[in-house]
Amino acid sequence: MGLHALFFYLFAFVAVASAFMVISAKNPVHSVLFLIVVFFNAAGLFLLTGAEFIAMILLVVYIGAVAVLFLFVVMMLDVDFAELKAGVLQYAPIGMLVGLIVAAELILVVGSSVLSPEAASSITMPIPDPAVRSNTAALGDVLYTHYVYYFQIAGLVLLVAMIGAIVLTLRHRQNIKRQDISRQVARTPETAIEVVKVKPGQGL
Amino acid sequence: MDSFFWTYVWPALIMVGQSLLLLVCLLVLIAFILLADRKVWANVQLRRGPNVVGPFGLFQSFADLLKFVLKEPIIPSGADKTVFLLAPLVSVTLALATWAVIPVNDGWAVANINVGVLYIFAISSLEVYGVIMAGWASNSKYPFLGALRSAAQMVSYEVSIGIVIVTVLLCVGSLNLTDIVYAQKTGLGTMLGMPNSFLDWHWFSLFPMFVIFFISGLAETNRPPFDLPEAESELVAGYMVEYSSAPYMMLMLSEYAAIMLICSLTTILFLGGWLPPVDFWLINWVPGIVWFLLKVIFVFFGFAMAKAMVPRYRYDQLMRLGWKVFLPLSLGMLVIVAFVLKLTGWAG
Repeated sequence: MGLHALFFYLFAFVAVASAFMVISAKNPVHSVLFLIVVFFNAAGLFLLTGAEFIAMILLVVYIGAVAVLFLFVVMMLDVDFAELKAGVLQYAPIGMLVGLIVAAELILVVGSSVLSPEAASSITMPIPDPAVRSNTAALGDVLYTHYVYYFQIAGLVLLVAMIGAIVLTLRHRQNIKRQDISRQVARTPETAIEVVKVKPGQGL
Repeated sequence: MDSFFWTYVWPALIMVGQSLLLLVCLLVLIAFILLADRKVWANVQLRRGPNVVGPFGLFQSFADLLKFVLKEPIIPSGADKTVFLLAPLVSVTLALATWAVIPVNDGWAVANINVGVLYIFAISSLEVYGVIMAGWASNSKYPFLGALRSAAQMVSYEVSIGIVIVTVLLCVGSLNLTDIVYAQKTGLGTMLGMPNSFLDWHWFSLFPMFVIFFISGLAETNRPPFDLPEAESELVAGYMVEYSSAPYMMLMLSEYAAIMLICSLTTILFLGGWLPPVDFWLINWVPGIVWFLLKVIFVFFGFAMAKAMVPRYRYDQLMRLGWKVFLPLSLGMLVIVAFVLKLTGWAG
Protein backbone atom coordinates (compact mmCIF):
# COMPACT_ATOMS: atom_id res chain seq x y z
CA MET A 1 0.00 0.00 0.00
CA GLY A 2 2.96 2.29 0.70
CA LEU A 3 4.04 2.22 -2.93
CA HIS A 4 0.50 3.05 -3.99
CA ALA A 5 0.44 6.13 -1.74
CA LEU A 6 3.88 7.17 -2.93
CA PHE A 7 2.77 7.12 -6.55
CA PHE A 8 -0.49 8.87 -5.67
CA TYR A 9 1.35 11.77 -4.05
CA LEU A 10 3.87 11.87 -6.89
CA PHE A 11 1.19 12.12 -9.60
CA ALA A 12 -0.97 14.47 -7.55
CA PHE A 13 1.91 16.79 -6.72
CA VAL A 14 3.14 16.99 -10.31
CA ALA A 15 -0.41 17.51 -11.54
CA VAL A 16 -1.13 20.36 -9.14
CA ALA A 17 2.26 21.98 -9.68
CA SER A 18 1.89 21.89 -13.47
CA ALA A 19 -1.72 23.07 -13.24
CA PHE A 20 -0.34 26.10 -11.42
CA MET A 21 2.28 26.53 -14.14
CA VAL A 22 -0.46 26.44 -16.80
CA ILE A 23 -1.89 29.70 -15.50
CA SER A 24 1.39 31.32 -14.49
CA ALA A 25 3.61 30.50 -17.51
CA LYS A 26 4.46 33.56 -19.59
CA ASN A 27 4.58 31.78 -22.92
CA PRO A 28 1.20 30.35 -24.07
CA VAL A 29 2.88 27.35 -25.74
CA HIS A 30 4.54 26.49 -22.43
CA SER A 31 1.10 26.74 -20.84
CA VAL A 32 -0.28 24.12 -23.21
CA LEU A 33 2.74 21.88 -22.65
CA PHE A 34 2.16 22.09 -18.89
CA LEU A 35 -1.52 21.31 -19.51
CA ILE A 36 -0.39 18.13 -21.25
CA VAL A 37 1.68 17.21 -18.18
CA VAL A 38 -1.47 17.70 -16.08
CA PHE A 39 -3.47 15.36 -18.35
CA PHE A 40 -0.68 12.81 -18.24
CA ASN A 41 -0.62 12.79 -14.44
CA ALA A 42 -4.41 12.61 -14.31
CA ALA A 43 -4.13 9.46 -16.44
CA GLY A 44 -1.62 8.15 -13.92
CA LEU A 45 -4.10 8.80 -11.08
CA PHE A 46 -6.81 6.92 -12.99
CA LEU A 47 -4.43 3.99 -13.41
CA LEU A 48 -3.83 3.94 -9.64
CA THR A 49 -7.56 3.60 -8.97
CA GLY A 50 -7.70 0.67 -11.40
CA ALA A 51 -9.56 2.54 -14.14
CA GLU A 52 -7.10 1.47 -16.83
CA PHE A 53 -9.50 1.97 -19.74
CA ILE A 54 -10.37 5.54 -18.78
CA ALA A 55 -6.70 6.32 -18.23
CA MET A 56 -5.79 5.19 -21.75
CA ILE A 57 -8.78 6.95 -23.32
CA LEU A 58 -7.76 10.13 -21.51
CA LEU A 59 -4.35 9.81 -23.15
CA VAL A 60 -5.76 9.09 -26.61
CA VAL A 61 -8.52 11.68 -26.65
CA TYR A 62 -7.26 14.55 -24.53
CA ILE A 63 -3.53 14.42 -25.11
CA GLY A 64 -3.48 12.75 -28.51
CA ALA A 65 -6.19 14.87 -30.14
CA VAL A 66 -7.60 17.78 -28.11
CA ALA A 67 -4.31 19.10 -26.77
CA VAL A 68 -2.71 18.78 -30.22
CA LEU A 69 -5.41 21.09 -31.57
CA PHE A 70 -4.88 23.47 -28.64
CA LEU A 71 -1.18 23.56 -29.32
CA PHE A 72 -1.82 23.98 -33.02
CA VAL A 73 -4.05 27.01 -32.46
CA VAL A 74 -1.85 28.60 -29.81
CA MET A 75 1.23 28.24 -32.01
CA MET A 76 -0.55 29.84 -34.96
CA LEU A 77 -2.19 32.70 -33.07
CA ASP A 78 -0.22 35.83 -32.54
CA VAL A 79 -1.80 36.83 -29.25
CA ASP A 80 -0.33 39.57 -27.13
CA PHE A 81 -0.52 37.88 -23.77
CA ALA A 82 0.77 40.84 -21.81
CA GLU A 83 -2.38 42.64 -22.88
CA LEU A 84 -4.56 39.69 -21.90
CA LYS A 85 -2.83 39.37 -18.54
CA ALA A 86 -3.59 43.02 -17.76
CA GLY A 87 -7.28 42.19 -17.34
CA VAL A 88 -6.69 39.37 -14.87
CA LEU A 89 -7.82 41.28 -11.79
CA GLN A 90 -11.01 42.30 -13.53
CA TYR A 91 -12.03 38.66 -14.01
CA ALA A 92 -10.72 37.45 -10.66
CA PRO A 93 -14.08 37.67 -8.80
CA ILE A 94 -15.88 35.53 -11.40
CA GLY A 95 -13.03 33.04 -11.40
CA MET A 96 -13.13 32.86 -7.61
CA LEU A 97 -16.88 32.27 -7.72
CA VAL A 98 -16.57 29.41 -10.21
CA GLY A 99 -13.75 27.92 -8.15
CA LEU A 100 -15.81 28.15 -4.96
CA ILE A 101 -18.81 26.44 -6.58
CA VAL A 102 -16.68 23.58 -7.90
CA ALA A 103 -14.96 23.20 -4.52
CA ALA A 104 -18.32 23.15 -2.70
CA GLU A 105 -19.68 20.50 -5.07
CA LEU A 106 -16.57 18.34 -4.62
CA ILE A 107 -16.82 18.64 -0.84
CA LEU A 108 -20.50 17.66 -0.94
CA VAL A 109 -19.87 14.61 -3.14
CA VAL A 110 -16.84 13.35 -1.23
CA GLY A 111 -18.37 14.32 2.12
CA SER A 112 -21.53 12.34 1.51
CA SER A 113 -19.63 9.18 0.68
CA VAL A 114 -17.42 9.61 3.74
CA LEU A 115 -20.31 10.35 6.13
CA SER A 116 -22.58 7.57 4.88
CA PRO A 117 -20.52 4.75 3.34
CA GLU A 118 -23.65 2.58 3.09
CA ALA A 119 -24.89 4.86 0.27
CA ALA A 120 -22.37 3.19 -2.04
CA SER A 121 -24.33 -0.08 -1.87
CA SER A 122 -27.46 1.57 -3.30
CA ILE A 123 -25.79 2.46 -6.62
CA THR A 124 -27.77 0.99 -9.51
CA MET A 125 -24.66 0.01 -11.48
CA PRO A 126 -21.92 -0.85 -8.95
CA ILE A 127 -18.37 -1.31 -10.27
CA PRO A 128 -17.74 -5.04 -10.67
CA ASP A 129 -14.65 -6.64 -9.21
CA PRO A 130 -11.79 -6.07 -11.71
CA ALA A 131 -10.69 -9.68 -11.23
CA VAL A 132 -14.09 -10.92 -12.43
CA ARG A 133 -14.90 -8.46 -15.19
CA SER A 134 -12.26 -6.16 -16.67
CA ASN A 135 -13.29 -2.54 -16.55
CA THR A 136 -13.30 -2.28 -20.35
CA ALA A 137 -16.05 -4.90 -20.41
CA ALA A 138 -17.83 -3.29 -17.43
CA LEU A 139 -17.90 0.08 -19.20
CA GLY A 140 -19.18 -1.65 -22.31
CA ASP A 141 -22.01 -3.19 -20.28
CA VAL A 142 -23.09 0.21 -19.05
CA LEU A 143 -22.76 2.09 -22.33
CA TYR A 144 -23.80 -0.44 -24.94
CA THR A 145 -26.17 -2.71 -23.05
CA HIS A 146 -27.97 -0.91 -20.23
CA TYR A 147 -28.04 2.62 -21.57
CA VAL A 148 -27.71 1.98 -25.29
CA TYR A 149 -30.54 4.38 -26.28
CA TYR A 150 -29.09 7.30 -24.33
CA PHE A 151 -25.74 6.51 -25.85
CA GLN A 152 -27.22 6.53 -29.35
CA ILE A 153 -29.01 9.82 -28.68
CA ALA A 154 -25.75 11.38 -27.47
CA GLY A 155 -24.09 10.13 -30.64
CA LEU A 156 -26.84 11.65 -32.79
CA VAL A 157 -26.51 15.01 -31.02
CA LEU A 158 -22.79 14.98 -31.74
CA LEU A 159 -23.43 14.03 -35.36
CA VAL A 160 -25.86 16.93 -35.75
CA ALA A 161 -23.30 19.28 -34.21
CA MET A 162 -20.63 18.01 -36.59
CA ILE A 163 -22.82 18.40 -39.66
CA GLY A 164 -23.80 21.87 -38.45
CA ALA A 165 -20.19 22.91 -38.11
CA ILE A 166 -19.42 21.63 -41.60
CA VAL A 167 -22.45 23.36 -43.14
CA LEU A 168 -21.52 26.65 -41.46
CA THR A 169 -17.94 26.62 -42.69
CA LEU A 170 -18.27 24.89 -46.06
CA ARG A 171 -17.62 27.29 -48.89
CA HIS A 172 -17.63 25.75 -52.31
CA ARG A 173 -15.75 28.10 -54.58
CA GLN A 174 -16.44 28.03 -58.29
CA ASN A 175 -13.88 28.57 -61.03
CA ILE A 176 -10.86 27.07 -59.31
CA LYS A 177 -8.86 24.08 -60.48
CA ARG A 178 -9.62 20.89 -58.62
CA GLN A 179 -8.13 17.45 -58.90
CA ASP A 180 -10.70 14.75 -59.65
CA ILE A 181 -8.73 11.57 -59.15
CA SER A 182 -11.38 9.17 -60.45
CA ARG A 183 -11.59 11.17 -63.67
CA GLN A 184 -7.82 11.15 -64.04
CA VAL A 185 -7.68 7.41 -63.53
CA ALA A 186 -10.51 6.81 -65.99
CA ARG A 187 -8.69 8.63 -68.80
CA THR A 188 -7.60 6.49 -71.74
CA PRO A 189 -5.47 7.43 -74.76
CA GLU A 190 -8.70 7.64 -76.78
CA THR A 191 -10.28 10.26 -74.52
CA ALA A 192 -7.09 12.11 -73.66
CA ILE A 193 -5.23 12.65 -76.93
CA GLU A 194 -6.15 13.37 -80.49
CA VAL A 195 -3.84 12.22 -83.25
CA VAL A 196 -3.66 14.77 -86.03
CA LYS A 197 -1.81 14.46 -89.30
CA VAL A 198 -0.07 17.77 -89.88
CA LYS A 199 0.89 18.61 -93.42
CA PRO A 200 4.33 20.21 -93.72
CA GLY A 201 4.22 23.98 -94.07
CA GLN A 202 0.54 24.25 -93.13
CA GLY A 203 0.20 23.75 -89.41
CA LEU A 204 -3.19 23.22 -87.86
CA MET B 1 12.72 -5.52 5.69
CA ASP B 2 13.15 -8.91 4.08
CA SER B 3 9.55 -9.01 2.86
CA PHE B 4 9.89 -5.46 1.57
CA PHE B 5 12.84 -6.60 -0.53
CA TRP B 6 11.00 -9.59 -1.99
CA THR B 7 7.71 -7.79 -2.64
CA TYR B 8 8.97 -4.51 -4.06
CA VAL B 9 12.68 -4.36 -4.80
CA TRP B 10 13.18 -7.78 -6.39
CA PRO B 11 10.29 -7.52 -8.94
CA ALA B 12 11.45 -4.00 -9.75
CA LEU B 13 15.00 -5.25 -10.35
CA ILE B 14 13.72 -8.06 -12.58
CA MET B 15 11.65 -5.60 -14.56
CA VAL B 16 14.58 -3.21 -14.97
CA GLY B 17 16.73 -6.12 -16.16
CA GLN B 18 14.10 -7.21 -18.69
CA SER B 19 13.64 -3.65 -19.93
CA LEU B 20 17.39 -3.17 -20.34
CA LEU B 21 17.72 -6.42 -22.26
CA LEU B 22 14.81 -5.45 -24.52
CA LEU B 23 16.22 -1.98 -25.10
CA VAL B 24 19.70 -3.22 -25.96
CA CYS B 25 18.32 -5.79 -28.41
CA LEU B 26 15.98 -3.18 -29.89
CA LEU B 27 18.72 -0.59 -30.36
CA VAL B 28 21.06 -3.08 -32.00
CA LEU B 29 18.21 -4.21 -34.24
CA ILE B 30 17.46 -0.60 -35.15
CA ALA B 31 21.11 -0.04 -36.07
CA PHE B 32 20.93 -2.89 -38.59
CA ILE B 33 17.41 -2.00 -39.76
CA LEU B 34 18.69 1.48 -40.59
CA LEU B 35 21.45 -0.05 -42.65
CA ALA B 36 18.99 -2.44 -44.31
CA ASP B 37 16.78 0.52 -45.19
CA ARG B 38 19.67 2.26 -46.92
CA LYS B 39 20.82 -0.94 -48.63
CA VAL B 40 17.36 -1.71 -50.02
CA TRP B 41 16.99 1.85 -51.20
CA ALA B 42 20.42 1.72 -52.86
CA ASN B 43 19.75 -1.60 -54.56
CA VAL B 44 16.48 -0.40 -56.05
CA GLN B 45 18.36 2.58 -57.48
CA LEU B 46 21.24 0.35 -58.72
CA ARG B 47 23.71 1.83 -56.24
CA ARG B 48 25.88 -0.02 -53.74
CA GLY B 49 24.83 1.80 -50.59
CA PRO B 50 27.10 2.03 -47.52
CA ASN B 51 29.86 -0.55 -48.01
CA VAL B 52 33.00 0.89 -46.41
CA VAL B 53 32.77 0.36 -42.64
CA GLY B 54 33.11 -3.33 -41.79
CA PRO B 55 32.20 -6.25 -44.09
CA PHE B 56 29.43 -5.15 -46.51
CA GLY B 57 29.21 -1.89 -44.54
CA LEU B 58 27.63 -3.75 -41.61
CA PHE B 59 29.03 -1.33 -39.01
CA GLN B 60 27.94 1.82 -40.82
CA SER B 61 25.29 2.67 -38.22
CA PHE B 62 27.80 2.40 -35.38
CA ALA B 63 30.20 4.69 -37.22
CA ASP B 64 27.31 7.14 -37.65
CA LEU B 65 26.56 6.87 -33.95
CA LEU B 66 30.14 7.81 -33.07
CA LYS B 67 30.01 10.73 -35.46
CA PHE B 68 26.75 12.03 -33.97
CA VAL B 69 27.96 11.71 -30.41
CA LEU B 70 31.36 13.34 -31.00
CA LYS B 71 30.14 16.35 -32.97
CA GLU B 72 29.11 19.62 -31.41
CA PRO B 73 25.40 20.14 -30.75
CA ILE B 74 24.37 23.55 -32.06
CA ILE B 75 21.40 25.36 -30.54
CA PRO B 76 20.09 28.31 -32.57
CA SER B 77 20.24 31.56 -30.62
CA GLY B 78 16.55 32.32 -31.23
CA ALA B 79 15.43 28.85 -30.11
CA ASP B 80 13.50 28.06 -26.96
CA LYS B 81 16.36 26.12 -25.37
CA THR B 82 14.42 23.96 -22.93
CA VAL B 83 11.75 22.85 -25.37
CA PHE B 84 14.37 22.48 -28.13
CA LEU B 85 16.32 19.94 -26.08
CA LEU B 86 13.22 18.40 -24.53
CA ALA B 87 11.69 17.51 -27.92
CA PRO B 88 14.18 14.75 -28.89
CA LEU B 89 14.10 13.40 -25.34
CA VAL B 90 10.31 13.24 -25.36
CA SER B 91 10.12 11.56 -28.73
CA VAL B 92 12.78 8.97 -27.96
CA THR B 93 11.28 8.16 -24.54
CA LEU B 94 7.79 7.73 -25.95
CA ALA B 95 8.96 5.68 -28.91
CA LEU B 96 10.86 3.28 -26.63
CA ALA B 97 8.18 3.23 -23.89
CA THR B 98 5.67 1.53 -26.17
CA TRP B 99 7.91 -1.51 -26.40
CA ALA B 100 7.10 -2.43 -22.79
CA VAL B 101 3.91 -4.23 -23.82
CA ILE B 102 5.00 -5.88 -27.11
CA PRO B 103 5.00 -9.68 -26.70
CA VAL B 104 7.91 -10.93 -28.81
CA ASN B 105 7.22 -14.54 -27.87
CA ASP B 106 4.71 -16.49 -25.80
CA GLY B 107 4.85 -14.68 -22.45
CA TRP B 108 7.87 -12.59 -23.39
CA ALA B 109 6.54 -9.12 -22.67
CA VAL B 110 7.93 -6.80 -20.02
CA ALA B 111 4.36 -5.89 -19.03
CA ASN B 112 1.47 -8.08 -20.12
CA ILE B 113 -1.36 -5.62 -19.43
CA ASN B 114 -5.07 -5.92 -20.16
CA VAL B 115 -5.30 -2.79 -22.27
CA GLY B 116 -2.08 -3.39 -24.25
CA VAL B 117 -3.45 -2.23 -27.59
CA LEU B 118 -4.88 0.93 -26.07
CA TYR B 119 -1.58 1.62 -24.34
CA ILE B 120 0.30 1.42 -27.63
CA PHE B 121 -2.32 3.55 -29.36
CA ALA B 122 -2.20 6.14 -26.57
CA ILE B 123 1.58 6.43 -26.42
CA SER B 124 2.00 6.49 -30.19
CA SER B 125 -0.60 9.25 -30.40
CA LEU B 126 1.70 11.26 -28.10
CA GLU B 127 4.63 10.93 -30.48
CA VAL B 128 3.34 13.88 -32.46
CA TYR B 129 4.45 16.12 -29.58
CA GLY B 130 8.11 15.43 -30.20
CA VAL B 131 7.67 16.69 -33.75
CA ILE B 132 5.55 19.72 -32.85
CA MET B 133 7.86 20.75 -30.00
CA ALA B 134 10.94 20.36 -32.19
CA GLY B 135 9.37 22.40 -34.97
CA TRP B 136 8.11 25.17 -32.74
CA ALA B 137 11.17 25.49 -30.51
CA SER B 138 13.53 25.83 -33.49
CA ASN B 139 11.99 29.26 -34.11
CA SER B 140 12.50 29.02 -37.84
CA LYS B 141 10.18 28.72 -40.81
CA TYR B 142 10.89 25.31 -42.32
CA PRO B 143 10.74 23.40 -39.03
CA PHE B 144 7.51 25.17 -38.14
CA LEU B 145 5.89 24.23 -41.45
CA GLY B 146 7.09 20.66 -40.97
CA ALA B 147 5.62 20.57 -37.48
CA LEU B 148 2.25 21.86 -38.66
CA ARG B 149 2.14 19.31 -41.45
CA SER B 150 3.02 16.44 -39.18
CA ALA B 151 0.45 17.47 -36.57
CA ALA B 152 -2.35 17.36 -39.14
CA GLN B 153 -1.02 14.22 -40.79
CA MET B 154 -0.50 12.13 -37.67
CA VAL B 155 -3.87 13.09 -36.20
CA SER B 156 -5.63 12.25 -39.49
CA TYR B 157 -4.13 8.82 -39.95
CA GLU B 158 -4.55 7.89 -36.31
CA VAL B 159 -8.29 7.85 -36.96
CA SER B 160 -8.13 5.10 -39.57
CA ILE B 161 -5.49 3.19 -37.60
CA GLY B 162 -7.82 3.30 -34.59
CA ILE B 163 -10.74 1.95 -36.60
CA VAL B 164 -8.63 -0.85 -38.08
CA ILE B 165 -7.51 -1.81 -34.57
CA VAL B 166 -11.14 -1.80 -33.41
CA THR B 167 -12.03 -4.22 -36.22
CA VAL B 168 -9.29 -6.61 -35.13
CA LEU B 169 -10.44 -6.28 -31.53
CA LEU B 170 -13.98 -7.20 -32.59
CA CYS B 171 -12.65 -10.47 -34.02
CA VAL B 172 -10.57 -11.17 -30.92
CA GLY B 173 -12.69 -9.91 -28.05
CA SER B 174 -9.76 -8.73 -25.92
CA LEU B 175 -7.42 -5.77 -25.74
CA ASN B 176 -4.55 -7.92 -24.56
CA LEU B 177 -1.82 -8.30 -27.19
CA THR B 178 -1.05 -11.87 -26.19
CA ASP B 179 -4.73 -12.80 -26.55
CA ILE B 180 -4.76 -11.20 -30.01
CA VAL B 181 -1.95 -13.51 -31.12
CA TYR B 182 -3.62 -16.56 -29.55
CA ALA B 183 -6.87 -15.74 -31.35
CA GLN B 184 -5.03 -16.21 -34.66
CA LYS B 185 -4.21 -19.87 -33.93
CA THR B 186 -7.50 -20.76 -35.57
CA GLY B 187 -9.26 -18.66 -38.13
CA LEU B 188 -10.57 -18.56 -41.66
CA GLY B 189 -8.10 -21.25 -42.80
CA THR B 190 -9.23 -23.83 -40.24
CA MET B 191 -12.83 -22.86 -40.92
CA LEU B 192 -12.29 -23.85 -44.57
CA GLY B 193 -11.05 -27.23 -43.37
CA MET B 194 -7.29 -26.69 -43.66
CA PRO B 195 -4.79 -27.42 -40.86
CA ASN B 196 -3.40 -24.57 -38.77
CA SER B 197 -1.42 -22.34 -41.09
CA PHE B 198 -0.69 -18.76 -42.04
CA LEU B 199 -4.17 -18.56 -43.59
CA ASP B 200 -5.62 -18.39 -40.07
CA TRP B 201 -4.00 -15.06 -39.40
CA HIS B 202 -6.01 -11.88 -39.67
CA TRP B 203 -4.32 -10.65 -42.85
CA PHE B 204 -6.35 -13.20 -44.78
CA SER B 205 -9.76 -12.67 -43.19
CA LEU B 206 -9.36 -8.88 -42.88
CA PHE B 207 -7.30 -8.27 -46.00
CA PRO B 208 -8.61 -4.74 -46.81
CA MET B 209 -7.93 -3.66 -43.24
CA PHE B 210 -4.41 -5.08 -43.48
CA VAL B 211 -3.73 -2.90 -46.52
CA ILE B 212 -5.23 0.19 -44.87
CA PHE B 213 -3.20 -0.43 -41.72
CA PHE B 214 0.03 -0.81 -43.67
CA ILE B 215 -0.47 2.43 -45.61
CA SER B 216 -1.68 4.36 -42.56
CA GLY B 217 1.36 3.02 -40.73
CA LEU B 218 3.56 4.61 -43.38
CA ALA B 219 1.77 7.93 -42.88
CA GLU B 220 1.76 7.69 -39.09
CA THR B 221 5.52 7.18 -38.93
CA ASN B 222 6.21 9.90 -41.54
CA ARG B 223 7.75 7.40 -43.91
CA PRO B 224 7.91 8.01 -47.64
CA PRO B 225 5.69 8.39 -49.66
CA PHE B 226 4.11 10.36 -46.79
CA ASP B 227 7.25 12.01 -45.41
CA LEU B 228 5.89 15.53 -45.88
CA PRO B 229 6.96 16.76 -42.41
CA GLU B 230 10.57 16.44 -43.56
CA ALA B 231 10.15 16.65 -47.32
CA GLU B 232 13.70 17.49 -48.35
CA SER B 233 12.67 18.90 -51.70
CA GLU B 234 10.57 21.67 -50.13
CA LEU B 235 11.35 21.91 -46.42
CA VAL B 236 15.06 20.92 -46.43
CA ALA B 237 14.58 18.47 -43.53
CA GLY B 238 11.34 19.72 -42.01
CA TYR B 239 11.20 19.78 -38.25
CA MET B 240 14.78 18.49 -37.98
CA VAL B 241 16.48 21.35 -39.87
CA GLU B 242 17.98 23.05 -36.82
CA TYR B 243 19.08 19.87 -35.05
CA SER B 244 22.60 18.56 -35.07
CA SER B 245 24.70 15.80 -33.47
CA ALA B 246 23.18 13.93 -30.50
CA PRO B 247 19.73 15.61 -30.47
CA TYR B 248 19.40 14.88 -34.18
CA MET B 249 20.40 11.30 -33.59
CA MET B 250 17.69 10.98 -30.95
CA LEU B 251 15.03 12.28 -33.34
CA MET B 252 16.26 9.79 -35.94
CA LEU B 253 16.28 6.98 -33.36
CA SER B 254 12.74 7.74 -32.25
CA GLU B 255 11.60 7.71 -35.86
CA TYR B 256 13.07 4.26 -36.45
CA ALA B 257 11.81 2.97 -33.09
CA ALA B 258 8.32 4.10 -34.11
CA ILE B 259 8.72 2.35 -37.48
CA MET B 260 9.78 -0.87 -35.76
CA LEU B 261 6.79 -0.51 -33.46
CA ILE B 262 4.35 -0.20 -36.35
CA CYS B 263 6.02 -3.21 -38.01
CA SER B 264 5.66 -5.34 -34.89
CA LEU B 265 2.11 -4.10 -34.35
CA THR B 266 1.29 -5.20 -37.90
CA THR B 267 2.89 -8.55 -37.06
CA ILE B 268 0.84 -8.96 -33.90
CA LEU B 269 -2.48 -7.76 -35.28
CA PHE B 270 -2.37 -9.33 -38.74
CA LEU B 271 0.52 -11.77 -39.13
CA GLY B 272 0.07 -13.97 -36.09
CA GLY B 273 2.87 -12.65 -33.88
CA TRP B 274 5.20 -15.47 -32.89
CA LEU B 275 3.06 -18.26 -34.39
CA PRO B 276 4.82 -20.50 -36.96
CA PRO B 277 3.47 -20.25 -40.54
CA VAL B 278 2.58 -23.95 -40.89
CA ASP B 279 1.89 -26.70 -38.37
CA PHE B 280 4.89 -29.00 -38.95
CA TRP B 281 7.17 -30.46 -36.27
CA LEU B 282 10.41 -29.05 -37.69
CA ILE B 283 8.92 -25.59 -38.02
CA ASN B 284 7.18 -25.73 -34.64
CA TRP B 285 10.58 -26.50 -33.11
CA VAL B 286 11.94 -23.10 -34.18
CA PRO B 287 11.52 -20.65 -31.26
CA GLY B 288 8.68 -18.15 -31.60
CA ILE B 289 10.89 -15.10 -31.40
CA VAL B 290 12.56 -16.11 -34.68
CA TRP B 291 9.19 -16.09 -36.43
CA PHE B 292 8.33 -12.78 -34.80
CA LEU B 293 11.58 -11.20 -35.98
CA LEU B 294 11.26 -12.64 -39.48
CA LYS B 295 7.76 -11.21 -39.81
CA VAL B 296 8.82 -7.81 -38.47
CA ILE B 297 11.70 -7.72 -40.95
CA PHE B 298 9.35 -8.79 -43.74
CA VAL B 299 6.98 -5.90 -42.97
CA PHE B 300 9.92 -3.52 -42.71
CA PHE B 301 11.09 -4.69 -46.13
CA GLY B 302 7.68 -3.56 -47.38
CA PHE B 303 8.26 -0.17 -45.76
CA ALA B 304 11.71 0.11 -47.34
CA MET B 305 10.45 -0.87 -50.78
CA ALA B 306 7.62 1.68 -50.52
CA LYS B 307 10.24 4.32 -49.72
CA ALA B 308 12.35 3.33 -52.71
CA MET B 309 9.59 2.98 -55.27
CA VAL B 310 6.73 5.37 -54.57
CA PRO B 311 6.99 9.11 -55.29
CA ARG B 312 6.02 11.53 -52.52
CA TYR B 313 2.39 12.55 -52.14
CA ARG B 314 1.25 16.11 -52.41
CA TYR B 315 -0.19 17.42 -49.16
CA ASP B 316 -3.80 17.77 -50.33
CA GLN B 317 -3.64 14.26 -51.82
CA LEU B 318 -2.44 12.95 -48.48
CA MET B 319 -5.36 14.54 -46.64
CA ARG B 320 -7.79 13.32 -49.28
CA LEU B 321 -6.51 9.76 -48.96
CA GLY B 322 -6.79 9.85 -45.18
CA TRP B 323 -10.19 11.44 -44.76
CA LYS B 324 -12.06 10.67 -47.97
CA VAL B 325 -10.78 7.18 -48.78
CA PHE B 326 -9.45 5.38 -45.71
CA LEU B 327 -11.91 6.72 -43.16
CA PRO B 328 -15.12 5.72 -45.04
CA LEU B 329 -13.53 2.45 -46.17
CA SER B 330 -12.45 1.40 -42.70
CA LEU B 331 -15.74 2.54 -41.13
CA GLY B 332 -17.65 0.51 -43.72
CA MET B 333 -15.48 -2.55 -43.09
CA LEU B 334 -15.99 -2.13 -39.36
CA VAL B 335 -19.77 -2.23 -39.78
CA ILE B 336 -19.58 -5.22 -42.14
CA VAL B 337 -17.28 -7.17 -39.83
CA ALA B 338 -19.49 -6.40 -36.82
CA PHE B 339 -22.59 -7.60 -38.71
CA VAL B 340 -20.90 -10.76 -39.95
CA LEU B 341 -19.64 -11.61 -36.46
CA LYS B 342 -23.05 -10.99 -34.93
CA LEU B 343 -25.17 -12.79 -37.53
CA THR B 344 -22.95 -15.88 -37.79
CA GLY B 345 -22.36 -16.02 -34.05
CA TRP B 346 -18.57 -16.23 -34.47
CA ALA B 347 -18.10 -13.42 -31.98
CA GLY B 348 -18.78 -15.84 -29.13
